[in-house]
Amino acid sequence: MSQPPVTTQPDSQRDGPVARFLRATEMDTRLLGMIGALLLIWVGFHLYGVFFKGMGAFLTPRNLWNLSVQTASIGIMATGMVLVIVTRNIDLSVGSILGLCAIMMGVMQARILPEWLGLGHPAIWIISIVFGLAIGAAIGAFQGFLIAYGRIPSFIVTLGGLLVWRGVAFMVASGQTISPLDPTFALLGGGPYGAVGEKGSWIIGLLACAAILYLIWSGRVRRAKHGFPQRPVWADVVLAGIGCGVSLGAVLLVNAYPWPIGIVTQYAAAHGITVPPEGLFISHGFAIPVLILIAVAILMTILATRTRFGRYVFAMGGNPDAAELSGINTRFMTVKIFALMGLLAALSAVVSSARLNSATNALGTLDELYVIASAVIGGTSLSGGVGTIYGAILGALVMQSLQTGMVLIGFDAAIQQVVVGSVLVLAVFLDIAYRRRSK
Amino acid sequence: MTDRTGQTPLVEMRDICISFGGIRAVDHVTVDLYPGEVVGLLGHNGAGKSTLIKVLSGAYRADSGDVLINGEKATIENPRDARRYNIETIYQTLALADNLDASANLFLGRELVSPRGFLDDAAMEAETRKIMARLNPNFRKFSEPVSALSGGQRQSVAIARAVYFNARILIMDEPTAALGPHETQMVAELIQELKAEGIGIFLIEHDIHAVMDLCDRAVVMKNGQRVGTVNVAEVTDEDILGMIILGKKPPQAV
Repeated sequence: MSQPPVTTQPDSQRDGPVARFLRATEMDTRLLGMIGALLLIWVGFHLYGVFFKGMGAFLTPRNLWNLSVQTASIGIMATGMVLVIVTRNIDLSVGSILGLCAIMMGVMQARILPEWLGLGHPAIWIISIVFGLAIGAAIGAFQGFLIAYGRIPSFIVTLGGLLVWRGVAFMVASGQTISPLDPTFALLGGGPYGAVGEKGSWIIGLLACAAILYLIWSGRVRRAKHGFPQRPVWADVVLAGIGCGVSLGAVLLVNAYPWPIGIVTQYAAAHGITVPPEGLFISHGFAIPVLILIAVAILMTILATRTRFGRYVFAMGGNPDAAELSGINTRFMTVKIFALMGLLAALSAVVSSARLNSATNALGTLDELYVIASAVIGGTSLSGGVGTIYGAILGALVMQSLQTGMVLIGFDAAIQQVVVGSVLVLAVFLDIAYRRRSK
Repeated sequence: MTDRTGQTPLVEMRDICISFGGIRAVDHVTVDLYPGEVVGLLGHNGAGKSTLIKVLSGAYRADSGDVLINGEKATIENPRDARRYNIETIYQTLALADNLDASANLFLGRELVSPRGFLDDAAMEAETRKIMARLNPNFRKFSEPVSALSGGQRQSVAIARAVYFNARILIMDEPTAALGPHETQMVAELIQELKAEGIGIFLIEHDIHAVMDLCDRAVVMKNGQRVGTVNVAEVTDEDILGMIILGKKPPQAV
């Protein structure tokens, strides 16, 4: 496990400085463990490249930027899967829902709407997305209804859904690939134009810093109001420093990855800019799908921890009978949770099909397994009641890092599968061992 | 014993029947409860006490029979309805979500929210600290999941939940089963206190001595049927034991 930098006077009590630092900042040691594992994977792949391939390709702005984009689709769905698994359910159909929604949105924006509104109409991408999200939510709600009111186990309902929705997706477009998509829609998948650029990234980074400072400050105010014990000031200062450091570091990173020469030449020609002989450095900045993931993560965290809905989700996972006896409408809650999962699968469909600039029938195949694995690696307990949104996103990042890293150092697909599968089992074992020890 | 003639009972359960798969768990049982009264429900395991009382708390629905609250017919189809009638229940299983902390359990289903609709955890914890100071002054573990609490501490969370929301009718299903002598004494004092506030209490209890100490009347059930109802002051513990074990109704019973 990684150990955070220690900044305080190392004496007094029996506890070591690390233990006291952790207690004062109320940091989740599991979270630190996951970040440590992630950094280990990153450094490991980079050094492997340095020593055996003559070049470390992992810890470069380009690779990390791509990694962030590739994590977006699975990460978005993993946030919803946390709520599903916390309530002791499972959703095996998310990959197929993703495929169906992508096809539906593809048909909508490439075939139906251009006929009505004319090709390139600015409302096409918005209508298509709203349509896709509505379909995803409706499918999820329908499955949730069968689970809650039909009393069919979620494993069975969504296993059926896995087959059904993939089949429907094939029927909708007769198995054809729909391409190209609406140009504005395609920006949501990332790429040089689908990123917010240098200035935009700085604005986002600074807003993030402001938000972190506000949260820490308002937390102190709230504790003071009720006379609860405060965290030491130095601990809050350190937390604020880490938060702002990570935000601004991410900005520096994404701004260090320039557009490729071909795109720059194209862009310069289109905008009448003369490219100087040493070349133009145009930063990517944050990719739009990554910003979508961050927004989803923030909203889902608020939903899970700050609202009644989230409280009920965890109560249902901890003790379904108690939740029911407390007057919670657990059946309707189940419908809402699955509808939310369907909505997020549709949002992932936007990101993945936009990234390919095409909607294919096979999009999202096997995603359900990666999504479930992300949530579980991120500390969501299959026995219910335990899980965090940020954990699931870190889990998605770990999975994607492993895959990207193995591609970079030239492992073939068979070894990749062996490694990813083993890591899943190992991660869950470590988590169980950790929980047993901390009890 | 106080004379109740002319007074409207707080709760009246009339002719309640419930069957599970052909077995009559509750068979034409009638009980009532007056304000400020403690009515004990006694009987062997499986006599139908808990089942009967779950009709009142909304966990089960009766096949036939009526529930009257303050003399008016009440429709209780789920626990939400029961809460609307100010019926609070302390279940034998405690019905706590083990992964949540004390205040989350106390306010489960009735969370305090800020004006913008978000959970106000700080306010809930402050309220929890207040009521726990009254019920169990030694309680300290406010930010840990209740799975980390002792049996007595868990019990006090369940009791706090029932008491906090101004119950008019309180159902206690073996509230002292998991408790040590000191904590049992505290529950007994609490029952006296609540009684003095005019709350009606149904107490399911196996310990005859606790019933003799705490209850005004006792209803004895056997095989889903009501053996009889007695004023505790007019009978001995042998009379009650005879009702429980043999189904023998003493002359004072009704």
